[in-house]
Amino acid sequence: MKQEEIAIEVKDITKKFKIYYDKGSQLKEKLLFKKRSRYEERLVLKGISFNVKKGEAIGLIGHNGCGKSTTLKLLTKIMYPDSGTITMNGRVSSLIELGAGFHPDMSGRENIYTNAAIFGLTKKEIDNRLDDIISFSELEQFIDNPVRTYSSGMYMRLAFSVAINVDADILLIDEILGVGDANFQAKCFNKLREIKASGTTIVIVSHSLGQIEQICERSIWIHDGLIRAEGIPKRIDLEYLEFMGQKLQENTEKELEKKAEKNKENNASKAEESKTLTENKVEPSEEEVKEKNRWGNGNARITQIKAFAENGKEQRIFKTGDKIKISIDYSVKKKVSDAVFGIGIFNRDGVQCYGTNTRIDKLNEFDLEKNGCAEITIDDVSLLPGEYLIDLAIESEDGIPIDYFREAYKIEMISAVGDVGIARLKHNWLV
Amino acid sequence: MDALKELYDYREMIFSLVRKDLRGRYKGSVLGFLWTFINPLLQLVVYTVVFSFILKSNIERYYLYLFVALIPWIFFSSSVTGGSASIVAQKDLIKKIYFPREVIPISYVTSCFVNMLLCFIVIFAVIIFSGVGVNPLALLCLPVIMVVEYVLALGMALLASAITVYFRDLEHILGIFMMAWMYMTPIMYDKSIVPEKLLPIFNLNPMTHVIECYRAVLYYKTMPDLNSLLSSCILGIFFLILGSVVFRKLQRHFAEEL
Repeated sequence: MKQEEIAIEVKDITKKFKIYYDKGSQLKEKLLFKKRSRYEERLVLKGISFNVKKGEAIGLIGHNGCGKSTTLKLLTKIMYPDSGTITMNGRVSSLIELGAGFHPDMSGRENIYTNAAIFGLTKKEIDNRLDDIISFSELEQFIDNPVRTYSSGMYMRLAFSVAINVDADILLIDEILGVGDANFQAKCFNKLREIKASGTTIVIVSHSLGQIEQICERSIWIHDGLIRAEGIPKRIDLEYLEFMGQKLQENTEKELEKKAEKNKENNASKAEESKTLTENKVEPSEEEVKEKNRWGNGNARITQIKAFAENGKEQRIFKTGDKIKISIDYSVKKKVSDAVFGIGIFNRDGVQCYGTNTRIDKLNEFDLEKNGCAEITIDDVSLLPGEYLIDLAIESEDGIPIDYFREAYKIEMISAVGDVGIARLKHNWLV
Repeated sequence: MDALKELYDYREMIFSLVRKDLRGRYKGSVLGFLWTFINPLLQLVVYTVVFSFILKSNIERYYLYLFVALIPWIFFSSSVTGGSASIVAQKDLIKKIYFPREVIPISYVTSCFVNMLLCFIVIFAVIIFSGVGVNPLALLCLPVIMVVEYVLALGMALLASAITVYFRDLEHILGIFMMAWMYMTPIMYDKSIVPEKLLPIFNLNPMTHVIECYRAVLYYKTMPDLNSLLSSCILGIFFLILGSVVFRKLQRHFAEEL
C-alpha cells in the first residue's frame, strides 16, 4: 500500500480567527483604545487530518461556516494553520478565485499571460498553452478585445480556461462549476474528468452533492471544524442530507415557537384592547388575514389545525414516506346535519397533489351538534421535498360550503433521496 | 533554497507586474511614457535655475552634483515608501490566490529600478552634452553600485511592506522618516561639511556610501572608494536578509490581516 503515492497529507490542523469587535490598526487606535480592540477567538478548524492519494478526487461537504473553505485556503497556502502540518506534493493550481489580476483595459490575450503568470507559469509554458486556452474559452473572435467589453459569462469562461489549463498535479476547486451556460458547464465537467483521468489529484468544495458524486471517490463531511464522516460520496451525502433535514426542522420549529410566542403576546394585548372597545371582536388578527381565504355559511367553523408525526409529536416538517395525522378542531354555531369533511393538498405551483373527502371515501355523513374534532391519518405521504399547502373544508352533503378554508395549513417535506417529480411512486427495478 | 526556486518559477509574474506598473504609470496622459524622461529633465531645469541664480553654491556644476545623487535617492526612497504600501494595495490578489508574496515588493522595487535606469539615459545625455564626459573604467563600476542599491532598497521594501500590513501608520511615518533620511545623507551637500561628531552616523547610513559611489563615478569621474562600496554592499546584504526573514515570518497572516 505504501507504493501509492500520497499527494496531500493533512495532519491535525487547527485554525483560529480573531474576530475583532472594533478593529483599529492605526497607532493611535492601538494605543488609545487598547481595551477596544478586544477580540474573540473563534476556532474554525479543531484538528483535521486526512490524506489524499495521488490521482484521487475528494469532495469536502458541510454546512456554511463549517470550515471547508478554510481548509481549502489552507491547502492553497493563502493562509497557514495555527498548528499541524500540510504537505502538498506537486504543483498546485486553484480554481478558487477566477480571474484574479485581470486588467479590464488589457486584451483577453494579454490577460491570459498575466493571469497564467500568477499561477506560476513561465512565458514559454504560457506560449505552449495559449491555443488550448483560447479554443477552450470559445472566445477566438474576441480574444484581442479589451476584457472590459466582455460579458460576465465571457469573462468567467476566459478565467476558467486559464485556470484549468495550468496542468497542475493538484487541483483545488471551490464552488465554481457554475460557469457559463449549460454547454460550457458540461464542457468544464468533461474537462475535469479528463484531468482526473490523467492522474491529477482533485479536491472539490461544493454544495452541489451531485457534482461531487459524479467526480469524487470520497467525501469528507466537515462539521463544526471536525471531520464528522468520511467515505463513499453516495453514503456520506445521504447522511449529510439527513442531518441537514433534521437541522432545518429544528430551526423551523424554533422559529415557529418564536412566532407563536410573539403572537400570543400580541393577541393578549390586543384582546385586552378589543375587550374594552367591543365585545364582538375576539378573533386574532392573523385569522383576519386568513379570513379572505375562507368562505361558507358559518354554521360550523374550523378552529384549529394541527399535524402530528407518527410518534404523536406536533410538527410541520416531515420526511417523504412519513405517516402524518392531521387533526381539525371545529366549533358549531348552528346544528349541521349531513356534513362532509374534505382535504386538498397543493404544491407551491398550485398543483393539486391530492384531494379527498369523507363522501368520496364513502363514510356516513355526520351531524355536527357541538364542538368537536375530526382527524385524518395518511399512512404514507409520498410527496417529494418542498412546501405544501393544505385546504380543509366542511361542506354540506350537497356541496354547499359551510367552512371552506383555503391554504389553511402548511407542511414541508424533506428527503435524502434524489428522485424528482411530485410524489414518490412505489417501484421496483428488475434489470 | 526552496523559496528562491519558487521565486524563480514565478519570474514571469514579476515581469508581468513590472510591465503593468510601468505601462500603467502614465496611462491616460497625453505624453504617456515620455514623462519618464521629461520628469527628470524638468527637475534638472528647476535645480539649475534655483542653484545658479538664487541659492548660489560654491560647488562647481552643482546641478549635476545634485542630479547624479538625487536620481538614485529617488529610486531608493520611492522603493521604500511605495513598497511599504505595495502589499496592502494588492490585497485582493493576496486574499484570493497563492503565490510567493515576495513577488509583490520585488516587482515594485524592480519597476522603480527600471524607472531609474531610464532616468540615467537623461543623466548621460546631460553629462555628454555639458562636456563633462565619462571615465570608461569608472563607469564599469556603475552596474555594481546599482545592484548594491537595488539589494538595499529591496531589503528595506520587504521589511516595510510586511510591517505595514499589521501597522498601517508606517506608510505615513515613512514619508517623514525618508525626508529626514534624505537630509542625513550627503545628497544636497558634501560629506566634508558634516561635523566630526555626526560622522559615525553618516558612516553607518548605507545610503551615504551608495551616493558617494555614484558621485565618484559620474561627477568626479574616478573609481569609487573601495571601502565605501564594500561597506554599502555588506549593509545591503544585511538588510536584504533581515527583510526577507521578517517578511517570511509576517506573511503567514497576510490573508487574515488584510
